[in-house]
Amino acid sequence: MIENLIDGPLWYLSLAVFSLGVLWQLAAILFASRKPDLSVARGSAGSSAIKTVFSRFLPHREMRARIGIQYIAGYLFHLGLFALLFFAAPHVLFLEENLLGFGWTPMPHWAFIVSAQAAFLGLIILWLRRLMNPATRLISTRDDHIAALLTFVVMLTGCLALLEEFTALRLLHRFTVELWLIYFPFSTLMHAFTFVPSRAFTGAWFGRRGVDA
Amino acid sequence: MSEKLEKGLEVLRSEVDGKVKSFFSSCVNCGICAESCLFYTETLDPRYTPIYKTEPLRKLWRNEYSLWGKFTSAIGFAKPMTEADLSDWEELVYDGCSMCGRCSMVCPVGVDIAGMIFKVKHALSKAGISPEGLVDATQRAVDIGSPMGITLKTVQAMIKHVEADTGLKIPVDVEGADYLALLSSNEIALYPEYLESLAKIFDHAGVSWTLSSEAFEATNSGLQIGNKTIAGQLVERVVAGAEKLKVKTVISPECGHAYTALRWEGPNFIGKAFSFKVVHILELLDELQAAGRIKTSGKEAERLTFHDPCSIVRRGGIDAQPRNLLQPIAEDFVEMADHGNMNWCGGGGGVSTNERAEQLKLTAFNRKKSQIEETGAAAVVTACSNCRMVMEEGVETNEMDIELLGLTEMIAAHLEDRPAGQ
Repeated sequence: MIENLIDGPLWYLSLAVFSLGVLWQLAAILFASRKPDLSVARGSAGSSAIKTVFSRFLPHREMRARIGIQYIAGYLFHLGLFALLFFAAPHVLFLEENLLGFGWTPMPHWAFIVSAQAAFLGLIILWLRRLMNPATRLISTRDDHIAALLTFVVMLTGCLALLEEFTALRLLHRFTVELWLIYFPFSTLMHAFTFVPSRAFTGAWFGRRGVDA
Repeated sequence: MSEKLEKGLEVLRSEVDGKVKSFFSSCVNCGICAESCLFYTETLDPRYTPIYKTEPLRKLWRNEYSLWGKFTSAIGFAKPMTEADLSDWEELVYDGCSMCGRCSMVCPVGVDIAGMIFKVKHALSKAGISPEGLVDATQRAVDIGSPMGITLKTVQAMIKHVEADTGLKIPVDVEGADYLALLSSNEIALYPEYLESLAKIFDHAGVSWTLSSEAFEATNSGLQIGNKTIAGQLVERVVAGAEKLKVKTVISPECGHAYTALRWEGPNFIGKAFSFKVVHILELLDELQAAGRIKTSGKEAERLTFHDPCSIVRRGGIDAQPRNLLQPIAEDFVEMADHGNMNWCGGGGGVSTNERAEQLKLTAFNRKKSQIEETGAAAVVTACSNCRMVMEEGVETNEMDIELLGLTEMIAAHLEDRPAGQ
């Protein structure tokens, strides 16, 4: 009964909420009215927008000593998570059979272990900093903690499902993924998509003024 | 709902556009912006974390524009905003932010945090929730034409002195001149040598220029308090003066707020493009030097460094020009460790005219103090009278043996003597 629910209606419901929610949020950003800037531009807004989308992947030289640990932890977490999401053998198989109709070579088991360790380590460092640093402790919201906790649980159940061949563990993982997908468009997890227009808007603003952002 | 709250929320709503939505949807509260802000690094008070200063706007977005806010509203769980959500942020945005914009440069998801803080200031100002000193200065700017209460008579007296000192005629209300020069309040009240320098340089370079008896004041208190309506009114006066004299170009003085108000935000404040160009004095001097119309001689022997005014460099794009101008006249020029777009503010900016923030401003100056001391420079050159005034105060309070210099005056002091008859 529960298996049918998790593998069937709940899966489709979570996919629908995720897809429609993300599309609604992106449409709200991209189709919102914007007042034209009447000042005379000094530089190109377009090229600066594109450049800034990529340049913000690295911290400014002047900031590296102060925020290096956050960038390193951030990269450990995000790269580890993406590797697990797109190259863990069960995910490749699942995507091929249920969504895409084609697959690719999954990563070997040792790479899975390394990716999982990197993702967990990065997430834990970022979460500890969120709790221990006075600035992040003040500005963090319930949403930030729920998003981190849900992601942690999804990764944990994923590891358990891979290492143990029990249906219950696979169902538990799939259930947490469904919760994560439903929560996604309502939360700061949306930054996975909205960081692109956000960086582009700011890059364009600085670019018009001839500033390398 | 109180009138202030109603007005504040109405203005905040008018500020929510695609940019704001993308910014707040992207922010994960990583706190990296705190490490870029001198009010946080020098006090370690977490309330000065830049993104925290945007909370009134962010809360409104969360309640009314985010998917979660719409959902909670639909099921009756939304927590409405109160007047405290606005008034409790007044001190943070007016005392604890100079609008230097360093935070906007470092945000990994690209949030223009300074831009968001300005929107909060705009809402607070329109709702009547602003520091008394700033409100009074802004009112003086509207009523008299200058936040310091400077009138045409004061300017005329200064012109008389400059003419006597230089032997040069200061052109006033010359129709059809190429350039209309503006002055900031500080340059009239504290640094009259700026006008003297303009007179010498323009005479040397053969520039056709004028002052306007109706539009001499460039300081924009509306921008400082964050009120776009008042900022627009003040810009309108300059536009009217420039159009009346039919000048081709308006020169922004060495003042960051004036430059931002005229060059970048002015047309948006008044809702129409200008019929003239706006240049910062450094841009013009750089052009004149590159064209060979300014020739300098001699070099400053002492070690010099340059303070990049945030509104002119980081948020204005004038980075290379001051360095080009300094190169021929500085024997021993050293950059601060963080300079150009990533320079640290001196603690002034929008806070400079807010008397209530005096102590906090001096604490924030400690960052600039360290930067200056690291260079071993004997003098700091800058190109914003506001920055200069705030740093002079910091230097004096800290008993530092440092001289503060204006770049335009330095150029004027090094002009090559022309052969007789030219």
